[in-house]
This record gives sequence, C-alpha cells and structure tokens, in this order.
Amino acid sequence: MDLNALIACLASSACLVTQTTSGLIIGMLLFLVAVGLTLIFGVLKVVNFSHGAFYMFGAYFAMTTYQITGSFAAAMLCGAAGTAILGLIFERVFMSRVYGADVLMQLLVCYAFVLIFDDVVRMVWGPEFKSMGMPTAFQVMPLFIAGGVVPPYYLLLIGVALVAAIVLGAGLSRTRIGKVVRAAAHNPSMTSALGINTGLIYGGVFALGGMLAGLAGALAAPVRSLTPGMGFSVLIESFIVTVIGGMGSILGALIGALLIGLIRSFGSLGFPLFTEGLMYLFMVIVLVSRPTGLFGKEVA
Amino acid sequence: MTRTRKPGISRRSSLALMGAGLATLAAPWAARAQAKAIKVGMPTILSGRVAQLGTSSRNAVLLEVERVNATGGLAGRPIEMVIRDSKGQPQEAARVARELVNTDGCELLIDAEASSGAFAVHEVARDLGVLCIHTNSETSSLTADPKQRIPNAFRTARQGVHDSIVGGSYAASIAKAKGLKKWATCSPDYAYGRDTTGEFVLYLKRFAPDVEIISESWPKLFQPDYTEVVTKVLQARPQALYTCLWGGDLTSYIDQANIYALFGQMEVFAVNMADYTALTVVKNLPKGIHSGNRYIKTYPSTPENAAWGDAYKAKYGEYPTNWSWENATAIMLLAEASKKANSADGKKIAEAMRGLTIKSPFGTDGTVTMRADDQTLVGYAIGWGTTIPQEPYVPEVKPGDWKTIFELEAEWKKSNGYS
Repeated sequence: MDLNALIACLASSACLVTQTTSGLIIGMLLFLVAVGLTLIFGVLKVVNFSHGAFYMFGAYFAMTTYQITGSFAAAMLCGAAGTAILGLIFERVFMSRVYGADVLMQLLVCYAFVLIFDDVVRMVWGPEFKSMGMPTAFQVMPLFIAGGVVPPYYLLLIGVALVAAIVLGAGLSRTRIGKVVRAAAHNPSMTSALGINTGLIYGGVFALGGMLAGLAGALAAPVRSLTPGMGFSVLIESFIVTVIGGMGSILGALIGALLIGLIRSFGSLGFPLFTEGLMYLFMVIVLVSRPTGLFGKEVA
Repeated sequence: MTRTRKPGISRRSSLALMGAGLATLAAPWAARAQAKAIKVGMPTILSGRVAQLGTSSRNAVLLEVERVNATGGLAGRPIEMVIRDSKGQPQEAARVARELVNTDGCELLIDAEASSGAFAVHEVARDLGVLCIHTNSETSSLTADPKQRIPNAFRTARQGVHDSIVGGSYAASIAKAKGLKKWATCSPDYAYGRDTTGEFVLYLKRFAPDVEIISESWPKLFQPDYTEVVTKVLQARPQALYTCLWGGDLTSYIDQANIYALFGQMEVFAVNMADYTALTVVKNLPKGIHSGNRYIKTYPSTPENAAWGDAYKAKYGEYPTNWSWENATAIMLLAEASKKANSADGKKIAEAMRGLTIKSPFGTDGTVTMRADDQTLVGYAIGWGTTIPQEPYVPEVKPGDWKTIFELEAEWKKSNGYS
C-alpha cells in the first residue's frame, strides 16, 4: 500500500489530469465492449460468452485494412462494419438456435466459438502476436493540460466512445426503432404478435453489439498487441463492468466501465500490489449492497 | 535399448521352437540395429500463447539435425526427431516425455519446455535415467541447486543469474556515466518477472550503490492495457526504467508508452527487447532502448553467426529466436559428444559432454562449453546494447565479461547455499 503516493497525486493537478484521462481511456474501451454484452443480454437474455472474439476480430480487421489502404478511418470503419456482419451471421446461423435452450447449452455454444474463433485467427493471421502501429497523424507529442500528459490519440478514442454512448442511449430512448427494441426486450411474444419481426431485431441487436466490440478492438489496435485469444482478457473485465452496472443497463455499463478505469489508474498508485483485487473488491461491495448492480432495474 | 533373451526360458518344446524361430528372425534386426535411426524425443510448446517460441525451437532443431545427418548422424546412426506438443502445461510435458521414452522408444530427450515444464521433465529424466538436455529453461536453480542435479541432465540455455550480472553491471556503467540515480521498474507479476527484476536490481545496486528504486509496477502477465502503469512511471519521474516484460506484452507497453513520449524522458532498459520476435513486430521502435541480447545475428559479429541466422531465415522465412539458438546448441553438442565418445549411447555421450568445449556461432569467442561441475552452458554470447528502428536493430553490443560472471555466480551460489 502506498497511500502517500495516492494523496500526493490527488493534491497535484498534473497527476490528477494524467491519471483521470488514463482511467477514462481504459474505461471507455471497456465500455464499448461491455455495452454490447449488456445490450445483448438485455434484449436476447443471452450471456454472450464469445463477445470478446468480436473485439479481437475488430482489431485484426482494422490492422489488415490499415496495412492495405494506409487509411486509419477506413481501418476503423472496416473493424466496426466487419464485426457487425460477423455478429449478424453468428446470431442468425448459430445463436438463434439456442434461445430456448438452457443456460448451460448457450454457454457451451459460446465457449465452443471462443475456441473456434481463436483458431480461425490463428489460421488466417498466424499464431504470433502482431502490432498495427500508430498512424503517422497521431505520432505527435502528447498535449500538456494543467501539467498533465494527454496523448491526442486518446482524446480521439474517448471522443468516439462518448459519441457511441450518446447515439446509443438517445437511439434507444428517443427513436421508434429504440422503442421496438425495448418492447422486444420487455415482452418478445407480445411484440411478435403485433407483427414485428423479432428475429430481425435480435439479429440487429447482436450485430450492433458485435460492431461496438469491433470498434473497441479497432480503436485499441494501434496501442495493444494483437494475438489470438486477446478477446478473453477484455471479456472478463467487461463482465465485471456489467455486473457492477447491472446486467442490461447501458448507463450502468458506462458508469461501471468508468469506475473500473478510474480504480485501475488511481489504484495502481495507491495500491500497486492490489489493483486487480480492488476491482473485484468493488464488485463484491456493489453486489452485497445492490445485488442487481448499480442500475440493474432499468431495462435497455 | 537392449532386450535380453534367455535361451530355454521355457521347458515346453513348442515354446522352445517358437523361441528358436523368433531368435533366428531377430538376428538380422540385431545386426541392423547399429545403423538404425536414433530417436530423439522433444516435448515443446506448439500451441497457445508461447507457440511461436516452441515452433522456433523445433525449427532450429530440425535445421541442425539435417546437418548432423548429412555428416553421418550420431556414430553412424541418423537422428530421427519425435516432437510433441505439451501445450505449455507441466503435467502434460512430463506425460509426453515419459511416453516418448517408454512407448516411442526415444533414446535421448531434448526438453524444449519453459521453466515450469522443464522441472517436470527433469523428474522424468531422473526416474528413467535417459540423457536429457534442457534447452529453454533459464531458471538458475535448475542446474545451480545441487538437489536438482542428476548425471544425465544438461542445460544449453542461458541462465537467469548470468543475465542479471551482465545486465546489472552494464546498467550500472550507464548509470554512473549519465548520473542516473532514480530508477523505476515495471515487470510482469509472476515468478520470472519478480526473480529477474530482483536479481537485476541486486547487481545494479552492487555496481552502482547510490541507485535508488523510487517506483515499482507489477502489471499482470498478458495484461492488455498498460496505460495506468505508464502514467504511474511518468508521475514518479525516474531517470531510468527497467522492465523484463517480453513478447506481445512488451510491444503493447512500447506502443502505449510511445504516445506518452515516455522514451524521451528517461533511459529505458528492457532486457527482452533485442529478440527478433519483438524487434520486427514493433512498428515505431524508439531509438536507444537498452537491451540484453537474446538472439541477434549481428552479435557475436562473426560470419558464422550471420550465416546461421540467414540459413534459418532462408528456410523458415523469419529470423530465429532466443529459444532457437539454445536448441541448435543442444544438437551441436550432442553431435560433438557422440563423435568424441564414438557412440550413440546416452551414458557415453553424457560422459563425453561433461566439460566439452565446441565451436559455436553463439559463443563469445567462437566456442561454448558445457561446464562439468553443474552441467550447464557457459561462454555463450551475452551482452547489452541500444536499439535502432531498423536492421541490424542493435548495432553495437557491449559484451559481458565471463570472468566477472564466474566470480559473482560463485558468490551467488554460496549465498543461496548451493555450494
């Protein structure tokens, strides 16, 4: 425990800015993955254990597109669009067959695809780790805000994730499609009876979830190494986020992800040997005081 | 392996007849056995996160076996490699090793496991008495601890304590020259990361006593994001940073530290940087990272070493790794020891190998030696240098001094109760 370092940091604006942005970056990427997970659970009532694979595919799609076109924007677009299509196919062909099945069956199908997707990546891109490299436009000196260090790429990353959060939140609460999705989540048989194609909605939600995870992977590709199995590590943290925020709640995923990000960034100063533990401890505290998570009652 | 057949083992005439029949059939086999291929078993990691290193071990072994077989194999018997995947799991490594000897009839073992698996295979070698060469485990105690020692096990890998002595003395010389007193460390949180960092700091402080460690970070192994530890190091404002992160973790760390311009603010010592697996993957490799050599074809800067690296690349399309040279050395030593003993028998080869010095592209002075008293490799190329973003990546390597290594190693052994 190093509380002095933590107190010293909280007293200095430079440290505060650096660590807060560092927490936001970790949190925002986590949010993009977790929100898809929570959305799919909220509407389809399926715990998508294979969600990390979309994050992985997003990163690999982005890397390959970037290598071919040299365009960062195209890389992001392909990362997101590619995983959306993949999500749609995966849902229609495989997941839609196990909606009625028990949880164990769903879990087994998902886990099988975790292994299959990892092997697909291994076959297509090879077993060794890869790096996409930072686009030249972002190979610049970091900004200094109130003495704190903030890399410009991370500002973009936070911005994109924030826009995604706002569009998603507004889309679900304000638009007709959002209403239909919420209706399907609430009472699928009634929605279906009203003449709405719930299969289409399920496929669409799964594609959206996949796309968000893919976007997270694409955004992370310039700074994280790409390797088969990379989805698994983010998946576990995403589960923590959804459990803290409440399964099925978008606002919960956002708050949960940001809290985890901040716990990591400030925890590594104050509790360097217990940063991981801190995350789980926080989860336990939330679960004991609010078993449904912070925003568990809301339905997406 | 020899099978003894006792004549007249049964008094029943029918059985005796069968026995006689078998004996006549077996006679030509026994005669042919001299030229029969000698099977060498090799458990290694061919799947999972470290598969790349296991594959590079296999590649190097096959490259060398081809050469040895072209010149007559082991005492006239061609080598036949039997290579199995252990998936990096110790119990699987032990099971595979046992099966290779008992079921597949392997007469020698190349243990190309990481440390966790190597200790398990070591126990199998102790049990079966088969000649076993550990090629990848760098954990010092595997050969330094007398309790571990068996006459039939050798190691052709570098050794953690050698690396720490050379790294510590190199870093101390830079620290003194540039006045680097405040240091930070950032290493993966598991046995290797903790031990290696501890030993590095021990020798750094020994050679430069006024060095102070002001910040320590222990990210999890295979952690995807290092932002919080990068910014933590920046907050501490050290003059130098030591890390023994490796592979994909190291490249992630470099990419993430790069956008915080960390490398311009302090001297960075990354012992595992100068390995082609990392050097060729990082897109924006910063100039001037200090690193220990793992395998690099420009150090030792001899035509033999360059030729070996190029031959490997020509055959497999990529450069060798640290594990490659360690495995190639095992085959080279086997071949020379077998020549010296004029036999392919494990016991005789082991006898010949003890204390054997052979010519090697990987030796500091063109030779490496299998030290007799602890049966581990010494004299291999070991040194530190700084990186540049393109080939040859580490243009100049400052060699470690083996005399100093031996002195401090002896002292280290004594302090650990090993001698």
